[in-house]
Parts: sequence; C-alpha cells; structure tokens
Amino acid sequence: MSGGRHYLPLTGAERREMLAAIGVDSAGQLFDELPPAIRLQEGLELPPPLSEMEALAHLGELAAKNRHLREYPSYLGAGVYDHFIPSVVAHITGRSEFYTAYTPYQAEISQGVLQSIFEYQTMICRLTGMEAANASLYDGATALAEAAVAACGVTRRRRVLVSRAVNPYYRRVLQSYMEARDFAVEEVPLVEGKTDYTKLEAMCDQNTAALLLQQPNFFGLLEEMNGPAERVHRHGALLVLSADPISLALCRAPAEYGSDIVTGEGQVLGNPPSFGGPLLGFFAARKKLLRRIPGRIAGETKDSEGRRGFVLTLQTREQHIRRERAASNICSNQALNALAAAVYLAALGPAGLREAAGHCLQKAAYTREKITALQGFEQAFAGPHFKEFAVKLPGSAKDLNRYLLEHKIIGGFDLEPHYPELGPAMLFCVTETKTKAQLDDLAGVLEGWS
Amino acid sequence: MSKEQALLFELGAPGRRGYSLPQLDLPEKPVDELLPEEMQRKTGLDLPEVSEGELVRHYTALSTRNHGVDSGFYPLGSCTMKYNPKINEETARLPGFAFLHPCQPVESVQGALELLHRAELYLNEVTGMERTTFQPAAGAHGELTGMMLIRAYHRSRNDERKIVLAPDSSHGTNPASAAMTGYEIKEIPSDKRGLVDLGALRETLNEDVAALMLTNPNTLGLFEEDILEIAAAVHDVGGLLYYDGANLNAIMGHARPGDMGFDVVHLNLHKTFSTPHGGGGPGSGPVGVKEHLAPFLPLPLVERGEKGFYWKDDLPLSIGRVQGFYGNFGVVVKAYTYLVMMGAAGLRRAAADAVLNANYLAQRLKKSYALPYDRLCKHEFVISARKQKKKGVSAADIAKALLDYGFHPPTVYFPLIVEEALMVEPTETESKETLDRFAGALEEIARLAEEEPERVTAAPHTTPVGRLDEVGAARNPRVCFEGDE
Repeated sequence: MSGGRHYLPLTGAERREMLAAIGVDSAGQLFDELPPAIRLQEGLELPPPLSEMEALAHLGELAAKNRHLREYPSYLGAGVYDHFIPSVVAHITGRSEFYTAYTPYQAEISQGVLQSIFEYQTMICRLTGMEAANASLYDGATALAEAAVAACGVTRRRRVLVSRAVNPYYRRVLQSYMEARDFAVEEVPLVEGKTDYTKLEAMCDQNTAALLLQQPNFFGLLEEMNGPAERVHRHGALLVLSADPISLALCRAPAEYGSDIVTGEGQVLGNPPSFGGPLLGFFAARKKLLRRIPGRIAGETKDSEGRRGFVLTLQTREQHIRRERAASNICSNQALNALAAAVYLAALGPAGLREAAGHCLQKAAYTREKITALQGFEQAFAGPHFKEFAVKLPGSAKDLNRYLLEHKIIGGFDLEPHYPELGPAMLFCVTETKTKAQLDDLAGVLEGWS
Repeated sequence: MSKEQALLFELGAPGRRGYSLPQLDLPEKPVDELLPEEMQRKTGLDLPEVSEGELVRHYTALSTRNHGVDSGFYPLGSCTMKYNPKINEETARLPGFAFLHPCQPVESVQGALELLHRAELYLNEVTGMERTTFQPAAGAHGELTGMMLIRAYHRSRNDERKIVLAPDSSHGTNPASAAMTGYEIKEIPSDKRGLVDLGALRETLNEDVAALMLTNPNTLGLFEEDILEIAAAVHDVGGLLYYDGANLNAIMGHARPGDMGFDVVHLNLHKTFSTPHGGGGPGSGPVGVKEHLAPFLPLPLVERGEKGFYWKDDLPLSIGRVQGFYGNFGVVVKAYTYLVMMGAAGLRRAAADAVLNANYLAQRLKKSYALPYDRLCKHEFVISARKQKKKGVSAADIAKALLDYGFHPPTVYFPLIVEEALMVEPTETESKETLDRFAGALEEIARLAEEEPERVTAAPHTTPVGRLDEVGAARNPRVCFEGDE
C-alpha cells in the first residue's frame, strides 16, 4: 500500500486510459529510456508510510523532545531573537493565495505578492533611510556576504575589512563567499568590545572595497558611527552595515551616518526563530547602487489602462537573463518571511516599534545591572547597549547553561570559543518578551550557581 | 473594471495602532541615560498606522489578487508546483520546532537533531549519496555550495581547475553559481535529440574542467540516456559531476543520481518534497555528496553518538558556513512530514504519475502546437509557439491569454534553445479533468491565434490589472513608495 494517496488524484482506470492515449502499455514503459543498470529494481529503503494521524503523532513526539522558548525563558540572541509575534502575522502568511504561489513571474495574477513586496521594500527603506531595497535574501549572514561581493563589484576591488565585532557566524559565511571568488577578508581588531577605528587608516588602501560593521555589534554595544564612513569613503571604499531593524526605531538611521549598503536579519520582524531558519536577509542601498543589488526587486508601473500595478523589475541583473554575468545566483528567496515582516511592521507601526525597542533597551539594562551585581559576574564592556550584553563568568558557559537548563532556563550564548581572549563569558539577550519576574528569577538562579 | 488596491501607506490615520504590548513592569530609566542623545534616531519613522482589522482587510484584498497552487493549476515548468499538503504547515508550526533557538544546548533539542538526522538518511537513500547538509536555503544556494565543495576538493589535491561545463539547456542559476565560485563557464550544445551532445562534450573535456553541471531529466523534460557515458567521460579527465535536483520529481524511486555517477547533488525541497514556494521562498536546497566530498561539507553536521545526537563542528577541510545556522529548518520539517507519509512506494507512484500527466498533455497538445522534441518525456515538456508566432501571437501572448481561463501559464522563453518556448510541468497532484480543461484552453487559444489573433494579443481581460509596462518600470525604477512625501 503506497503512502500519500490523498495527494494523488489519478485512478487506476484513468491511468490506463491515459497510457492508451500516449500509446504505451504500462507505466513502467514511461521509464524505458533509463539505462537498465541504473533503474531501481527494488524499492527504496524507507520506513513504511504513515497516515495523517500517525504522522501528526510522530512529529508531535519529535517536537516534544525539544525544550522550546514558549516553555522555558531563553536569553539567547546572537543573530536569532525571541520577539513577540502578533497573532495577525501567521493569519496573513497562512493565506494560501500567498504561501502556495511562487515568484511572481506573471504579474497580472501576482499583484498580491508584488504589492506586498513593494510595501515591504518601502518599509525597509524607511527604517534604514536607504533609497532602494530588494525583496529579500536568505538571512542576515548571506545578506552581508552578498553586500561584500556587491561592494567588490562596484569598486572593482578585491578586499573587504570586517570588524571582529560582527557576528562570528556571519564572518564565517562571508569568508566562504569571498574565498570562493578569491577575494580577501581582513578583520579589524577590537578595543573594549568595539571596532578599533584607529587601525582603519593603516588597513584601508586602494584595494579596499568596503568596511563591514554591525550595529549594535555582536556584543550588543552601539558602535560610534561618526567617523567610519568618512574614513572609508576617503579611500573610495563603501560602508556596509548589518543592523538590527528593531533597534532602528530608537537608534540613528544608517543613512544618517553615511552607510552605502544596509543589510540585516529580519527574522526579528514577525518570524519565529525556527531553529535558525527560515530567516530573512534584508538588503537596502543608496539609489546609485540600485543596479548592483542582488535578488528580486518589485517596482511600480502602470497597466494598459493606466492603473497602478507592480512587476519584478531590473531583471537584467538576474541569473535567468544574465546567466554567468548576473549580480548574484539567487533565485528563490525568503518572500513569505518578508511578508511576515511587512505585516509585523504595519501592525506595530512607529509607536509600537518604538515601544518594543524601548522595552528591549530597558529590560536588558535592568538585567545587566542585576547580573553584574552578582559575585563573580562582571560586565565585559562598558558603553551603551541595546538588547544584548556580554558578561564574564566565574566558571564555564557550558556548565552554566547546563545548570540553567536544570532550572528550566535557556541561558545565553557561549562567547569563549569565538573570543577566547574573554575567557569564560556569555552573551545575554533580553527582549520585550521577558517579565520582571523572569528576570529576577534568572538573577536568583545565577546567584545560586557555584 | 477592477480598482487599484491602496498601499498600506495610503491607509489608516496618525495614532491608529494594530498591536498591544504590556506595560513596562520594571523601573524605567530615562532613555538618554541608556542611549546617548547623539546615537538616537533623528529622522522620522514613517511606518503605516492602521488598526488590526484594517490590516487584515488590506492583506485579504491583496490575497484575492494572487494566484497560488490552492487557487488553480500552476504548470510552471521546472518549478514543480505540486499540491502543498496542509499537515506540513501544522507540523512546522509546532512550538517544539518553530520556537527553538539554533544555539540551544544539544540536550534541549534532541528531537530537532533526530529529525535532521532521519531526514538526511532518507534523502541519502532517495539520491544514493553518502552525506547531506541542510544548510543551503534554496536550490541556487545549494548549487553555490556544491561548487564550493568541488573547488575545495580539487584544491585539496593541488589540482586547480578553471572551467565548469553546463549544457545550453541548463537553468540560469547553473552558470551564475559557477561564476560566483570564480569558474569560467563553457556551454555544451544539445544534439538533435535534445540531449547532451556526447561528441561535443568529449571534445570540450580536458584536465582544466572542474565539473559538469547537469539536470537529469533536463529542462526539456528529457532523460539524459547517455548519462553513464557522460559520467565516465567527465570522471576520466578528473572532473566531477554535479546534479541539479530541480527535476528529481520525475525519477524519485525509479533511479538515483548517485547510481548515475553524480558526485554532488542538490535537492529543492520546495519542488520535489511538496513544501510551499511561499510567493518566492523560503525554499530549501540540501546538498548530498559522495564520500570523497564529505570532508568539505559545511559546518556543522548532525551526528549520532552514545549520548544522543550532537553537532559535529571539527572538519578541518570544511568550506565553512554558507548560512548563519543550519538552513531552513522549518522547511525541512515540512519535507520530512511529506517523506514519512509517502514512503518508498508513494514517492515512486508520485514520480510515475507526474511523468504520465506530462506525456498525456504533451501528446494532446502537439496537435495544436509544435513539439520540437517529440519523444517520451519525463515530468515536463516544452512546446513552441512558432506556428502561432507567424500570426503575430507570441509565447508571452499565449501565457497572458491563459490567465483568462484561470490557469497559471507555463514557464515561457525557457529553455533558451527552443524558440517561443512554453515549458509545461503538470505534476502528479493534478487530476485528468484539470489536464483536459487546460489542454482545451490552449487549443482554443491556438484556434484564436489562427482566426482572431488580436484577441490573444490583447489578453488578459479578466485579471485585476491588464498587461503591465515592464519596460517603463525598468527604465524609470520606482522600488520604494515616495507618494506621500
């Protein structure tokens, strides 16, 4: 008995009728041109098929083996964040006219997706202060890597500088993308947890395509942004930023300090953490870089009757037209996650986004004070933070996380493997989802750790 | 005549809101104390201000202006727009999957690791490969990863190679992905059969060739029946064989890329394994490799140890990471759900029905359209509107005319080697009635093209908007709303 029969409408009688219309005797004959040596005689070795009821039970059992963030409060950030998601988001993204469509190649019957992308692009532009944005990339890490590749293309140079205060996973992805093209990556060292701009003058030269920064940086610290744009622009290089979009409700728009490309992780905007994917890479740039932007872009136009409508535009940048000369190879993106982000941003609006960001700021500050007041827990870096902060620990982060898990708490991110110079240290993230009671409980449990 | 749908920015009123957050429950500090004044945002934050109800009506209105697989037939060639089972949506949204953080201690995510481990084993079995990574977020991302692996493999043998081959019928992502890894692309022509010209391939092959990228069945929907000779020829010069899995739906359970000699395979879980396309994504592009390429896979990999599942993070030859974490896990949950429900016989039946549907349609449509490669096809086929073109009716016109019948058109103008191409992939989840209605519509359009071509070239007539000015959109790009500024 084969599985999935409720997905396969053809009946035995219809199959016979259709085979006859084609002029073959059996379904097996449809595969007759396959060389006998590779034609499978035996079936694949897969477990027997499950009915819907059994599959739900099986997946439910697997899910139940995990401790999730709605069960245990979590203090993990490091690129994926636990923010509140209004119910309206899943109801919109669950409309199957959206989620069962593909890339809107046929604009006349894809106005829903196209207009929603156009609105999303507009919101990303308004958050960042940039003039153009694309429909999405895979995640914050690949968006930053694509920005570096684009910067090399624009400047015709082969080397980028990246701050060591950029997410270490992002730097690893950047390395893979750049190495593949024989482009070089050099890391700008840190001072007190922030990018050491005094090193820039010596590191920047005629071959530098861009400086890549993260704001707030990986330690949750806000980088001083008055200097870097001017310094790199003087050498003809670009300033590329990876920004937390929620922080932009309170913090300076990247356009205000001379950023040329702004990327970041849009998962925070209405998408669940989902074990690290699907996420949402956003990519925005100044208008003069429009034709260097990778991926899909929706544009406004008119129809034959003069009505406003939307299409995929500037497609000559893309792989299906330009093949090996395309700006990027990207085809499928994260459209549904971008839709979620647009619904989230529209639901919160300016006041809601400011409020959510403000709660992150206040709650993280409160927690930082509480934790660093404990014996043996020391604030790693001084200066303004947004929703994350690094703490030096009296013992290993691994042990602490095990201990916290026993107390039904998911602890922070272990910094030591990525920044050994810190010794045992943990990156805590506190968003608007945490209550004072939970934060006090965290401090209490930490106090009991020895 | 339908109306325009207002943009979100044209709706609502200042002060209106669509959210509710709790009161701050701890002592609030002045913002200036936490965030120095010079770091605070100066420019306005011009986001929509709408109530929740307005927001829902806006997106509901937009959704009615969109066609998905759930709305109707979607025979978009090479995209495998099969039905997306509803259970998949439910399992992926289980809080035990959707609300996991990627950096949680492994003991708290054993179920997720077990799912990834099992999904890997099942896909290894389907493809005939040794190891599979789920890190690539889409098919093209899988191709890029595959090319990085191939490059790392040759480098590890001190054997730098410069050229990647792809047939002239290949997907645009193939050359673009190879270019992103610094390779020079050479095209292999197709022969009269629509297959790789084996003679031309042999002439092009030399010790500078890193790999041949191949889709099998190819984009004409034809199985590359010389695949064993092709594989031997590429391997003879030390090259590797890359399998673009976009068309795997045609052969699941009937043949495996691993048995054909492919060294690297990418799959599109959003095509073959029934996960929805999301209006453009997210997809998932797992990459499977044979043993000799496994040391180069992206980090980390799931392993099973005595104390349970864990992340293996110490592969000295690894290409590193290609996505921040482990890829589109949520999509893998959906594909895994599909796999356990289909089983081996179900997958095999699905492929057979996909092939049956395609051949049935092709044989019927060749009476009204040219079928340049009239042989047994697999899951898709390509017809040409070259007869209709003589009457001034192009493939694009036919596509637009189909909209008025409630069908999503086939892929048009691809592959590039067929003039006025219409590439049709019906998939196995369509009924015979749907195929007959679709064929009926195309036959009527063919008749109109003969008798009243202007009716076809003026289409569509029933869609929310008429034909859109794409040239104007590209000439004067407006990619961000500036209307109310």
